[in-house]
Parts: sequence; structure tokens; C-alpha cells
Amino acid sequence: MSPEIVLDVRGLTVEFPTRNGILTAVDNVSFSIAKGEILGVVGESGAGKSLTGAAIIGLLEPPGRVAKGEIRLKGERIDGLAGEALRRLRGRRVGMVFQDPLTSLNPLYTVGDQLIETISTHRPDLSASAARERALSLLIDVGIPAAKDRLFAYPHQFSGGMRQRVVIALALAAEPELVIADEPTTALDVSVQAQIIALLKRLCAERGTSVMLITHDMGVIAETCDRVAVLYAGRIVEIGPVADVIHRPCHPYTIGLMGAIPALDGEEDRLTQIPGSMPRLSAIPQGCAFHPRCARTSQTCIDERPLLTAAGSGSAACWHIDPALTGAGS
Amino acid sequence: MIAFLLRRIGQGLLVMVAVGMMAFALFRFVGDPVNQLVGPDASEEDRERIRVEIGLKDPVALQFSRYIWRAAHLDFGFSYQFKQPVTKLIAERLPATMELAFVAVSIALVLGVLLGVYTGLHRDSFLSNVFLTVSLIGISLPTFLIGILLIFLFAVQLKVMPSFGRGQVVDLGFWTTGFLTASGRSALVLPAITLGLFQMTLTMRLVRSEMLEIMRLDFIKFARARGLKNRAIHFGHAFKNTLIPVITVTGLQFGTTIAFAIITETVFQWPGMGNLFLRAVQTVDIPIMACYLMMIGFLFVLINFIVDILYFVVDPRLRHVTKVAL
Ligand SMILES: Nc1ncnc2c1ncn2[C@@H]1O[C@H](COP(=O)(O)OP(=O)(O)OP(=O)(O)O)[C@@H](O)[C@H]1O
Ligand code: SF4
Ligand SMILES: [Mg+2]
Repeated sequence: MSPEIVLDVRGLTVEFPTRNGILTAVDNVSFSIAKGEILGVVGESGAGKSLTGAAIIGLLEPPGRVAKGEIRLKGERIDGLAGEALRRLRGRRVGMVFQDPLTSLNPLYTVGDQLIETISTHRPDLSASAARERALSLLIDVGIPAAKDRLFAYPHQFSGGMRQRVVIALALAAEPELVIADEPTTALDVSVQAQIIALLKRLCAERGTSVMLITHDMGVIAETCDRVAVLYAGRIVEIGPVADVIHRPCHPYTIGLMGAIPALDGEEDRLTQIPGSMPRLSAIPQGCAFHPRCARTSQTCIDERPLLTAAGSGSAACWHIDPALTGAGS
Repeated sequence: MIAFLLRRIGQGLLVMVAVGMMAFALFRFVGDPVNQLVGPDASEEDRERIRVEIGLKDPVALQFSRYIWRAAHLDFGFSYQFKQPVTKLIAERLPATMELAFVAVSIALVLGVLLGVYTGLHRDSFLSNVFLTVSLIGISLPTFLIGILLIFLFAVQLKVMPSFGRGQVVDLGFWTTGFLTASGRSALVLPAITLGLFQMTLTMRLVRSEMLEIMRLDFIKFARARGLKNRAIHFGHAFKNTLIPVITVTGLQFGTTIAFAIITETVFQWPGMGNLFLRAVQTVDIPIMACYLMMIGFLFVLINFIVDILYFVVDPRLRHVTKVAL
């Protein structure tokens, strides 16, 4: 019996109409997340990670728009929702954690008020005192010490790590089925990053919540995720179980990326392993977007765009996958 | 916070002393008070005697202290022109100006905020553009022209509003009010609009640009991601964060509105302080001018103080010295 699919994205394409034509920032992206599963999404800056997340929760800012594709939550179409229907989806069914906890909270309201507001918006049936109880238990859950008093504290009275805990409490306040965490630790002090990731993982595991975890940090992916999707120039180049993608990558880009993880002793970032840099949206190469930087490029790569096909234990979009990997297992 | 407010009070007092100096300087450098007190044919001895009597021969510092001391007790001397205590003259006219300014500022605030929020949220809508264009007129037309246009349209052509005066007023003993009679209320409309239009425009544009700014911030995006209702996001989260600049500007504008009610009061022959001041200028009635100056100064100091307190009420970040928990 395969686990229940919570999020299913098919052929998602996000475009920005501009004066010089249409920019395609997310291009024909497909993936799914099962119940309780954590999917990591990695890629260089500008690869389209945040936009994919924003498209799912309906927070694309115009002129950005979902041009093609379908997004389903438990089988139900959620792309194209608007107004009240979209509002009911946000927070209640899909939660979101942003990068910077310093700016995610309204400075003028206490943490308790912001929690209670979120809870009562989605659970109008709860009495004020029940909502307060829930707010308190959420704060305790996310590990805020002296939570009872901290309900009355303002965001500026918390440290960065504590604020991100509050943000996580807010994202989980209405028990969503899916949480999208967009680089939840990038803005934090290194010393608290691991704690926050562990917290997110534990809370979602307890609740059976699925997670889409966007990050730059392969270390976080390795420790936290079940599967990982690698984005390049708005496309998924490889997706599969974490251990395989990290240890036996199929796609030349992923191979380069894994080679580029800084060694644990952290002497120097060896990020220069792949020559060149990711193309700008206005100049995405024909065929395989990676071909100008790829060592295996052939004429086919330049002419035709590779689609995701089975490779290793996952899938990759490349014409020249090592045959040893495409065969039955490896 | 207490320390801060005490410091503010101290600064306010300093400002008042400085304003007092200017008011005092008026007596010394504009006109000769003795001329106002005696006939043109008075002898030089008489003049000299009066100078000594009213203290003009005392050291300047003493004269100044005496002036400030009296002013602190609301004694601003006698008007040359009316031969009455200045305090009484001002007190008679204060209600007219205060009611006018109050109504003007209320209209300006309510409309300015509503229109500002609307145009900030619907930045490209047709209606927003109409409001913005019309508001440009509000900013660029001089007050007296707006007043005259309104009088021409509503008083002369349509004959639906009075063109001058306060209408019927009710004397409450300490205050005369126009709010309690129909004619008093309708007399307020045109001058209040004239006086408030500029501030309304300013408030609207300020709220609009602040709203545009704040709606792009992360916590608004996060509020959306939490599924909060639009009304909560727009007013609870976005508008509340525009309050600091709005309070600052509105506070200062309230002072300016009273100070510059002079023009509106003249156009509408409004029996307020502005009118009195203008008359005092024409007749070089120094005690009235000096008192008016001190009053306006005091008003600004008071408003600044209230604005400072409101900051603390609105923004928790100012309330506590930041205590960061680990
Ligand atoms: N309003 C916009 N107009 C045009 N292009 C845009 C707009 N917003 C985003 N983009 C482009 O879309 C691409 C993907 O952006 P996205 O924010 O999803 O990247 P990301 O993978 O999250 O990167 P990062 O790691 O820096 O957060 C970028 O190249 C960006 O320049
Ligand atoms: S398709 Fe060709 S260019 Fe693209 S990654 Fe594979 S080998 Fe390299
Ligand atoms: Mg991003």
C-alpha cells in the first residue's frame, strides 16, 4: 500500500510577463509529497524554489502567475483558488514559514495576540479562552521557555531563534496538512539552525504534517528530508530519495553540486566545481538548460529538452545518464 | 519612558521661554507702548513718569522675568485698542477657532485616512486615480481661493450655506458653542472644509504611501500565508503600522491648522482668534500679538508632547528597553 499523496504538482509553470517577452521562472515542474513526508528542494539562488512554494500557497505576486499545470492537495485542485477559498486554504491546510523571523511578525502585536488571531480565524467555533489555551500549548510545543508569560511579549523581545519558533507555532496553529518552509534557518545564527530544523521535523512528524523544505544547505537536506528535488533554472533536474541523490547522483548538475558541498572540516567552499553560473531567466539556453556548463553535452542536449525519466531510485532529466544508473538498480 | 517624558517637558519649557523672549521682544522693538497709553500731546515728563510706572526703566532681565511670570499666570496685560485684558479677549474668541479647527481636522483625518487606505490598497483602480488627481488640486490651490470658490458655489449660487459668521451660538458660560444650533452647525461646514482640505489631502497621500510601503513587508505576506481575513490584514496589520507617521504629521498639522486659521477666518469673517490677531497687527496692538504668539507656541509644545505619548501607546518597541530573551 503506497502512502497517501498530500501534495501533487503536475507541470507547474510560473511566468512573468515583461516588456521584453515572457520570463518562465518555474518550468514544467512536477513532484508530489506523501503524508508525513519531508521533501527537500535545493538549487542555486534564482532557481525558482521560492516561486514554486509561493505558487502552491497562492502567494505569487503579480505579474507572476501560474501559466500552466495543476496543483492538488489531497486530490483537490488548489491552483486558481481565489478570494475566500484561497484564504481558507492558507494557514488552515497549507502553512508557511518564511526565511526571516525578524520581519515575519507584526511588531505592534504580542506573540499571544498573533497566535490567537490565527487560531480564531480558522476555528471560529473556539471560545476566546480555548483559543488562548491553544496558543499557550503551541508556544510550549515549540519550546518557548516560560511560555505563559511570553504570550504577552512582543516580537522584539525575542531572539531570532525564538522568533522563528513563534513563526513555526503560527504556521502550525491551524494544523495544516502541508508546511512550506522557505529557507527557515538561513537568517538565523548558525548555533540555532540545527535546533530549529529538528523542531520543525519533530512537530510535523507528531502531527503527520508533510513538509516542503526549501534550503541551500545540503547538510540539512541530508539529515532531515526523505526525498529531495534539485532545481536548476526553473526545472527539476533530479528528484529522488535523499541518500541516493546525495551519494549516487545521476544528473551531471547534481553530481557537480554534490562535489561542491563544502567539506565538513569546512576549509573553503569548493563551489567552483561547476564552471560558469546559472543562466538568467531572459537567457535560458535551448534544449537542456544546463548544456553550456555540462561536460557530457552532445548535439541532442542542445536541440532537445530532456524530460524527467527514471534514473537510479528516482528520476532525472538528462539525455546522458550513466547507463549503470539507468539500469535495474545500481 | 518617564525619564524621556520628563526630558520632553523640560525641552517644552525651554521652547516656551524662547517663544516668550520673542513675544517680549515685540514690546521692545515694535512701536512704543507709551504712545498707546497717553495722548499725542502728553509732555515728555509725563511720558518719562509712565515709563517708570509701567517698569520700562527696569533692567531688561527683570522686565522679561516679570512678563514671563505674568504670562504663566495667564496675565498678558491690556489690549491697547480694546482697553480690555488680552486674556479675556482671547478667551472670547478661542471657542470659535477651536471648534472650527476641531471640525476641520476631524473631517481631514477621517476622510484622509479612509481615502488613503483605499488608494493604498487599490493603487491602480480608476477611483484611486480620481482621488489622487482631485487631491492634487487640494494641495495646489491656495486656501483663500478654495474658500471663495466654496462661498461662490454654495452660498451665492445655491444659497444652501451661510457665507460668513458663526450663526447662532449657545453660551455655556465658559465656552460659546455653535454645535448646538442648526445655523451654528451649517455655518461651520464651508470654513471647516476650506481649512481641512489641505490637511485631508496631506493625510490621504501620507497614508497611501505608507500603506503601499507596508503592504510589501514580510509580515503582511506572512499574515496572508496564515489565512487572515483581508480586513484584519488591511486595518489590523497594515494600517496600524502607518500610525506613527500619521500621528506625527497630523499632530503638527493640527497646530498649523489653528495657526493658519487666520486666512480662513478672514475669508468667512469667522469671529475667532485669527481675526483678532489680524486686527491686532493692523493696529499694532502688541499685547494681543504677543499673547497669540505665546499661545501658538504653547499649542505646538503641547501637541508635540501628546504625539510623543501616543508613540508609546502605539509602538511597543519604544515602551520597553529591549530585553532579548535567549
Ligand atoms: N517579479 C518578478 N519579475 C521577474 N522575475 C522574477 C520576479 N520575481 C522573481 N523573479 C525571478 O524568478 C526566479 C526565481 O526566483 P525565486 O525567488 O523562486 O528563486 P529562489 O530559488 O527562491 O532563489 P533564492 O535561493 O535566492 O531564494 C529568479 O530568477 C527571479 O529573478
Ligand atoms: S542533457 Fe546533456 S547537457 Fe543536459 S545535463 Fe544531461 S548531458 Fe548535460
Ligand atoms: Mg527563495
